Amino acid sequence: MSTTTAPQKRARTSAGTTIVPAHERALKNRVSLTETVRHSLTMAYRGLLKIRRTPEQLFDVTLQPIIFTVMFTYIFGGAISGDVASYLPVIIPGILVQTVITTSIVTGTQLREDMDKGVFDRFRSLPIARIAPLSGALLADTIRYAIATTLTFVMGFIMGYRPHGGIWAVIGAALLVIVCAWAISWIFAFFGVIARSASSVQGISMIILFPLTFLSNAFVPVDTMPSWLQWFVNINPVSHLVTSVRDVLNTGAFTSEAFLPLIGAAVIVAIFAPLTVRAYMRRA
Amino acid sequence: MNTHSEWAVEANGLVKTFGSNRAVDGVDLRVATGTVYGVLGPNGAGKTTTISMLATLLRPDAGSARIFGHDVQREAQVVRQLIGVTGQYASVDEGLSATENLVLFSRLLGLGRREARIKAQDLLEEFGLTEAASRPLKNFSGGMRRRLDLAASLISQPPLIFLDEPTTGLDPRTRAQMWETIRRLVAGGSTVLLTTQYLDEADQLADRIAVIDRGRVVAEGTGDELKAQVGSSSLELRLGDPLLADRALNIAERVLGVAGTRSAEAARITVPLSDPERVTDLLIELRGDDIRLEEFSVHKPSLDDVFLSITGKPTEDTAEDAADSTTSTREGAHA
Ligand SMILES: Nc1ncnc2c1ncn2[C@@H]1O[C@H](COP(=O)(O)OP(=O)(O)OP(=O)(O)O)[C@@H](O)[C@H]1O
Ligand SMILES: [Mg+2]
Repeated sequence: MSTTTAPQKRARTSAGTTIVPAHERALKNRVSLTETVRHSLTMAYRGLLKIRRTPEQLFDVTLQPIIFTVMFTYIFGGAISGDVASYLPVIIPGILVQTVITTSIVTGTQLREDMDKGVFDRFRSLPIARIAPLSGALLADTIRYAIATTLTFVMGFIMGYRPHGGIWAVIGAALLVIVCAWAISWIFAFFGVIARSASSVQGISMIILFPLTFLSNAFVPVDTMPSWLQWFVNINPVSHLVTSVRDVLNTGAFTSEAFLPLIGAAVIVAIFAPLTVRAYMRRA
Repeated sequence: MNTHSEWAVEANGLVKTFGSNRAVDGVDLRVATGTVYGVLGPNGAGKTTTISMLATLLRPDAGSARIFGHDVQREAQVVRQLIGVTGQYASVDEGLSATENLVLFSRLLGLGRREARIKAQDLLEEFGLTEAASRPLKNFSGGMRRRLDLAASLISQPPLIFLDEPTTGLDPRTRAQMWETIRRLVAGGSTVLLTTQYLDEADQLADRIAVIDRGRVVAEGTGDELKAQVGSSSLELRLGDPLLADRALNIAERVLGVAGTRSAEAARITVPLSDPERVTDLLIELRGDDIRLEEFSVHKPSLDDVFLSITGKPTEDTAEDAADSTTSTREGAHA
């Protein structure tokens, strides 16, 4: 602490060496909407900084798309579609949905870890929107979904997948998946807020996610399954999302059917966003 | 809104219970603007819990508190604009560098991109962290973390700063620097409320002190007032010749009018001292009797004695603190 130089420093950087007394300050007890947005963006920026500082936390979103695409395609390709090339239009959308949704679990575990850290006490003592750390985290996580999406498409492309819908279909499908994953991440954020530890969030999330992603049409055609299973697979929202993504990618058509998952996403957000925010505010 | 309040902190009957544990059990505090206020207490006394309630981090179960006249519950956001909080455990982002931390907090406090950078640089320089600015926090020493934490609390130049055990775990040199920083903050017009387990620290830094134990304020006042509650100073003499101790005690009793005691190492005698004027008489008498003195000191009661006399039990860190209080009481000898 350079105590000798400090007084000049302060004089240079602020109006004077003295603190503005409390009663001379302009104070307000509310945070405006624009401020809330700005605080959330700053928090999202914090998320990006963390990713840059510790790139290893991106292992899951980078390795999973690469390994799963190669593995599933070569294991199931011949059995299900006769050959790898004709399996690609089936499996790539399936893996895309599965990978990105799995990634959204991280929102919950990281939120829990973050809330247990000392820095959260500082956030809570700052005159910022209470919700900013939560909304910022959810915002920053869309980057992870974008990375997972891009890598899955790149892997598919390398293996010979050429979607009929063209580049716009790819972009459209990517956005569809990212929006839905973001909506689903509210569910995991809710667990993140109410759970006691990060590993319990991970546990609960996996139990929910595993049947949802595997008991779907993501990897195999539904008509190969026993009828009782077909019943579940057909009502599973993940199946609908996979179907929509396939339609968009392989036909290029944005049908009303393709937008069905967006309605589902809206419903999830409508339910879980208020729940999460309420639980979060009680703790924040 | 801007009611002028001379009290930086006004807390009335604050209560916080965790399960059946009344961590804070009716705490009243008044901190005058522009002063340093010390909250002193052993482990688990409720210091951190009290600060958390004052800093809007915890909701009180009962009672109320106002910061510069603003209620911590109804006007929490206003209060947050007036305070800087340096918690007991560093509240900075371990995943970011020092600069990134300060820029992040500055941005959240409404500074522009450029202003935030300049602010971060200035604070890092002020706290001697420039070299470590871009290193990951994981490799920071405890002292560096503390300094960064304090720097982060000063971004908005808040008029009230909470410091929860600011020097626990610091080496003597870093502790002295922290004291210097605190004095400088107050010189600049800030009010500081600090907690400490070090009796000596509260005595040195704080204008007023509240001693808390098991969630209650058991004593309040200036350091001297608290010590006066315990009793007067005492005079300590170390004699050149241990064999003369009895004679010296006799003389002391005759001159000062009270009986002294003789310590285990026979060359030292201690006599209660109510009137410093009489010391001269005693010294002259001793010289007249050819009793040579090796050392002479006035022992003011330490806050340790205060704690002992108020709560009936010694603080848990008495042993560790003993060295500190002797050095500080030695200074009393010049008086
Ligand atoms: N979140 C919590 N949940 C349950 N009990 C708590 C919690 N926080 C504090 N306590 C309890 O409240 C009491 C007061 O704790 P507090 O942290 O305020 O003490 P302190 O004076 O700051 O002690 P120290 O000097 O060790 O920091 C302790 O008995 C502690 O166990
Ligand atoms: Mg504490």
